[in-house]
Amino acid sequence: MADDKKSGGLSQMSEQVQASQAWSSIFRPGSIFRKGYSDSPRNRSYVIMNSVLYHLHPVKVKRHAVKVSYTLCLGGLSFFLFIHLTVTGIFLMFFYRPTAAQAWSDIQTLQTAVGFGLLVRNMHRWAAHLMVLSVFLHMARVFYHGAYKPPREFNWVIGVMLLQFTLLLSFTGYLLPWDQLALWAVTVGTNMMGFTPVFGEQVRFVLLGGVEIGTDTLLRWYTLHVLMLPFVLVIFLAIHFWRVRKDGGISGPL
Amino acid sequence: MTEIPEHLRKRAEAAKAKAQAAAGGTTPDDDSPAPDAPVGTVPSGDDKIPSHLLDRGTAAADLPAPTAGTPVPVAGGLAPPAGSSGPDGHNQRLLTVVKSGSIQDTRATPVDKIHVWPHLLLAEFLAALAITLFTLLFAIFVNAPLLELADFNKTPNPSKAPWYFLGLQELLTMFHPMVAGVTIPGIGLFLLILAPYIDKNPSRRPEDRKFAISLMTIHLMFWSVLVMIGSFFRGPGFNFVFPWNAGLFFEL
Repeated sequence: MADDKKSGGLSQMSEQVQASQAWSSIFRPGSIFRKGYSDSPRNRSYVIMNSVLYHLHPVKVKRHAVKVSYTLCLGGLSFFLFIHLTVTGIFLMFFYRPTAAQAWSDIQTLQTAVGFGLLVRNMHRWAAHLMVLSVFLHMARVFYHGAYKPPREFNWVIGVMLLQFTLLLSFTGYLLPWDQLALWAVTVGTNMMGFTPVFGEQVRFVLLGGVEIGTDTLLRWYTLHVLMLPFVLVIFLAIHFWRVRKDGGISGPL
Repeated sequence: MTEIPEHLRKRAEAAKAKAQAAAGGTTPDDDSPAPDAPVGTVPSGDDKIPSHLLDRGTAAADLPAPTAGTPVPVAGGLAPPAGSSGPDGHNQRLLTVVKSGSIQDTRATPVDKIHVWPHLLLAEFLAALAITLFTLLFAIFVNAPLLELADFNKTPNPSKAPWYFLGLQELLTMFHPMVAGVTIPGIGLFLLILAPYIDKNPSRRPEDRKFAISLMTIHLMFWSVLVMIGSFFRGPGFNFVFPWNAGLFFEL
């Protein structure tokens, strides 16, 4: 009896909440959070149309577009790994100071004294390598399906840019632990860039923030890694996704 | 009042001016709104209207009307040609011909479509879940490397770039740094970006794209093999070693 009363009160309350202005200001008319969800073609459309997902997905896609054997989910996985890296990366930022004096010991502390610190750092590292791999495989998949052909030529170009930003993001992140691996891998990498014809020395100087790798390089690459490159990448991602839809969804069956 | 799109207004003006010029030098300096030229006087050279339709229109206009209706005055003061009024005294004029394929073209083939929710979203969710699980498990069992503090006076032997640049580092052993580090990857990247503009073959079927597919496969294999040699088969001094003899010199 008492239980009945309680649940009655609860449902009354939820009704009141759903009728409130605050609730209806959050959820659009037709949203499943306003009118409930029962499985029907109309409601299936509403799920997308009345949520922020509508920015990403149309209401309907070609049947073959959801075949995992066609896309292998590689583009979606790359995007998801990017989100994953953003989340774990933000966590890491709380415990990291990009100076030569503190970077390495901060990571040491993160691994030994911070709850889940080691786990999150591991996940960040492995997800980063996976993302390079999945972006690369995504490109191969798109090429083998001839999906770069008109009208999708420009989206291919954007995609190649995204691959480069992915590599740059990974490479700038490589320096941040400030251990022997980071320092010398980046030394090898930036020495290569120094051989760019005409303005090679300048390129190297700008990238390193000096003639040698040092604490200025660390700050520079940190800013590139956590702010500038993700910012640019997200803009290119937005164009990439928008063009996928504008060019008629993903390429058709072969 | 309806707003007329700029391009339509311009097109209408151009057509009006053309019709005016063709309607004879009779009213070349007429400032008043252009008279609606009857169909019969539209020049047959007007490429907007297919000639066979024009001919039909002209023929219809020339036919004597079965019942003599009173000619309806037309705006602009031009009297319609005799016999141009239809039954019930209405004038029938060809206003415009919408060529097939201009606006009413629809995709003839129906596309088999399904709802994004639940089909696509479910697949995406599962993929995201799977990759998270994989990263999580991998992260639990394999630690990310953290070597000793960076030391400028202690160069590790071998010094390797991140794995995705090891192909380039491998090229460094064969060519001058400018060729290996800039020219070859630069050309490769340039060609990659331009691929859609170079490959003019419209077909997407693998059997029609043997050359493109072979070229790409060779390209991908080239880099993959270089990366693998650089990763696993290079030891101290970046000399060639077999990992099963000399051990691995590779950190992710």
